[in-house]
Amino acid sequence: MAENMTMEDIRKHVRVYMYVFTALGVLTVVTVAASYLDVSFYPALVIALVIACVKASLVAAYFMHLINEKRVVMGVLISTLIFLICMFALMIASHADQEHIASLL
Amino acid sequence: MPDNMQIPFEVTPRRDTGVNNAKLGIWLFLASEVMLFGGLFAAYIFLRIGAEAWPGLHIPYTDDLAIRADQILNVPLATLNTLILIASSVTMVMAWASLKMNDFRKYRLHMGITILLALGFLVVKAFEYGDKFGHHFYPETNNFLAVYFVLTGLHAIHVTGGIIVNAYFWGPGAKMWTAGNARDKMHFTNRIEVAGLYWHFVDLVWIFLFPTIYLL
Repeated sequence: MAENMTMEDIRKHVRVYMYVFTALGVLTVVTVAASYLDVSFYPALVIALVIACVKASLVAAYFMHLINEKRVVMGVLISTLIFLICMFALMIASHADQEHIASLL
Repeated sequence: MPDNMQIPFEVTPRRDTGVNNAKLGIWLFLASEVMLFGGLFAAYIFLRIGAEAWPGLHIPYTDDLAIRADQILNVPLATLNTLILIASSVTMVMAWASLKMNDFRKYRLHMGITILLALGFLVVKAFEYGDKFGHHFYPETNNFLAVYFVLTGLHAIHVTGGIIVNAYFWGPGAKMWTAGNARDKMHFTNRIEVAGLYWHFVDLVWIFLFPTIYLL
């Protein structure tokens, strides 16, 4: 995305970086505050991961310029995410299988 | 260097991919890093769902068994480190923006702050580790501490790698800009963008490590 940017484009980006920085700081405080909510483990996990995903999206979209990135880069990332999900799925399936075997013994 | 000796598409985009090779290369490297940390996160989930107690340690100076990681780990220090890494991501992208605006002095300033913040992160991490060792908490103590030390340790190694690369571009590597022609300056800006992508990834990993290891 950086190849054809004018000076004015860069100045606009710098303003956006400051907004994103503020948002990330606020979300970090929200993450810590949310961890003190009186909820059980799984809702707490979901809350923590949702906030982390929002923060990660802000970093990836604006600092890593993914918001304007070419399709080939998006393709690399999407295929990586698919492989990552497959790896987690295999691990969860393996765990479920072990529990099933244990219940039979 | 003559034009025909240049590595093609180092800075200019390829017609088929639409991006230059340096950028595609770093994204492929980051994809492999996602799988590396993903594998360790998978191990963490596997160990945690199979554990009878997590973190499974006594709270220091008490006989009580900890039921949350934040009773063992130092959340204020980790929060400080999160803010340090976020700030360093901003200064890193500002370093790149400064070069795009042809302002080398501001580049040096922002890159210098990025390096100092990264060193600050490691100093805070060293205090954290020192505290754990002081309580005789080691990676071999139990699975919780093994996960904690492996994931945060691997992340700290990545931070160290980033510091080395950024320090090179702050110091000797910057000759490419100060003593170079217009094309060298374009190459240097491209290198800072690529180094920045790596650095933002290091920040991204911490964004997931912090809540999942320290707060749950």
